[in-house]
Amino acid sequence: MTAFKFSKENVARVKEILTHYPSDRKASAILPLFELAQRQCGGWLPMEAIKTITEMLGVSVIRGYEVATFYTMFNLKPVGKYHLQVCGTIPCMLRGSEQLKRVCKRHLGIENKETTKDGLFTLSEVECLGACTNAPVVQINDVYYEDLDEKSFLQILKDLEAGREVKPGSVLGRQGSAPYKGKRRAHAKGK
Amino acid sequence: MLKASDHIFTNLYGVHDWRLKGARARGDWDKTKALISKGREWIIQEVCASGLRGRGGAGFLTGRKWAFMPPDDEKTPRYLIVNADESEPGTCKDRDILRFEPHKLIEGALLTAVAIGAHVGYVYIRGEFYEEANHVDAAITEAYKAGLLGKNAAKSGWDFDLYVHRGAGAYICGEETALLESLEGRKGMPRLKPPFPAIVGLYGCPTIVNNVETIAVIPAILRRGGAWFAGIGTPNNTGTKIYCISGHVNTPCNVEEAMGIPLKELIEKYGGGVRGGWDNLLAVIPGGSSVPLIPKDVCEKVLMDFTSLAEVKSGLGTGGVIVMDKSTDIVRAIARLSKFYMHESCGQCTPCREGTGWMWRMLERLADGIGTRDDIDRLEEVTYEIEGHAICGLGDAAAWPVQGLIRHFRPELERRLTKKRIA
Repeated sequence: MTAFKFSKENVARVKEILTHYPSDRKASAILPLFELAQRQCGGWLPMEAIKTITEMLGVSVIRGYEVATFYTMFNLKPVGKYHLQVCGTIPCMLRGSEQLKRVCKRHLGIENKETTKDGLFTLSEVECLGACTNAPVVQINDVYYEDLDEKSFLQILKDLEAGREVKPGSVLGRQGSAPYKGKRRAHAKGK
Repeated sequence: MLKASDHIFTNLYGVHDWRLKGARARGDWDKTKALISKGREWIIQEVCASGLRGRGGAGFLTGRKWAFMPPDDEKTPRYLIVNADESEPGTCKDRDILRFEPHKLIEGALLTAVAIGAHVGYVYIRGEFYEEANHVDAAITEAYKAGLLGKNAAKSGWDFDLYVHRGAGAYICGEETALLESLEGRKGMPRLKPPFPAIVGLYGCPTIVNNVETIAVIPAILRRGGAWFAGIGTPNNTGTKIYCISGHVNTPCNVEEAMGIPLKELIEKYGGGVRGGWDNLLAVIPGGSSVPLIPKDVCEKVLMDFTSLAEVKSGLGTGGVIVMDKSTDIVRAIARLSKFYMHESCGQCTPCREGTGWMWRMLERLADGIGTRDDIDRLEEVTYEIEGHAICGLGDAAAWPVQGLIRHFRPELERRLTKKRIA
């Protein structure tokens, strides 16, 4: 494996991040730098990156590895282009997150922590995403898709498969977390 | 009911512009300098007079927390941390403040920093809130440009730098000392208390950690006076609160209401009522997943404040109301909650690390009707072995929902066991 290096733009970003913390407390930047490296590597954090960053920050590799394994958002293995993070905690469960997982199983043939053969989708069941009034929620890469049901979630998956862009947020077109007065449409077309 | 003029979060749903221009039009950053010039003591005094209790779940008096800070020797740095690691199941109030009212938060952070003598602050936002962190970042950049942060912030003569620090997916980092560990670049494992962060916090320096909602109401309290805030709500439970209504209601939503609003009114009026009518209600978890559930007959009368909910052996917590109707498999639901705590236990203390897994496995078995009556007692015993035997509150939080289940739904658990035996 070749050594990991931050890209040119990211080097500047790293410099900026390090100014946030006292100069003798560089270790504080470990989470932001891991995140940056994961983004650069296409959604996962290789061991090489952990080595480079810990060296940069003057902490031992094992401590970096400890951090990387402790926090669930760091993927130590490659993930699909779209990382489907289905919230399965109680408010989402009450409003049908189990059905969303079944959609993944039926349509994509993947279970929790599996990736499709084409490398497009990875499914992870995650714990509370903190958007409970808009349950059920799925986070795909960085953005939330809210107020889902089987139909609308399936539509999103189909749109992503076809390479179409899908608007994040509530599939009902709901304003933030305001009470939704309209009727539930059959499904919101992704565009 | 809360008067329209008493609402603090006027852009809770993001209908209006969240940027500096829009925030200013709604009254943020108005004469901030004048508030600061009234002095540190005055700010603390007003916050004490308001009776504001921390909105992160524990409900500790904010003014008293600030008073724990040691005398300022002007040499040791002091830090302000805004806890935006919102991950309590059922809670999504801070998310709306971060994305739609970031300037209330930043202004509140500046005022708090003056009160506690901090020159540097961090907003610790959970990693999943990517867009929300971007909003706060953008708002901070705007504030720097407008001279509201940085050297001589808001021309008050006080220097204050505020940074966003994103977490990476760990519920435990919402616990204040775990958050500090995480911010120092380690695993988020809670520290022993005392010493409390106000004495030994970030980098060993005095630190105040406050919830987003707590910080964001500070400007309103100072502008309108502690007495105004204290006039809303019930005694010892003052002010407004953002409630998150989720689960089996017709219109789940966030809403700002007075403390001490009846739970039934909250659900009927804002949540659009329980799915299938009030009589279809089974139970409610009134304050985020860490508090014990309350059955329907308790829900009829109880008020949504710290005192009233403690009287029915539950708690206000974060104000995340999770409603469950009669279609809910209550045992399965609490089992799922136990799985959550098992996943999120940091693994530092044995009773919590092992106990959360035990509880989950026992509950899954009981949900399937496998076991004996003794197993229910054994499960209850396990919860008491965890409660109070861990460094932080996660163990307690994991034990309480299970205790609530056994307290109120023991017949349901027993019914499953007998049913299985007959079959």
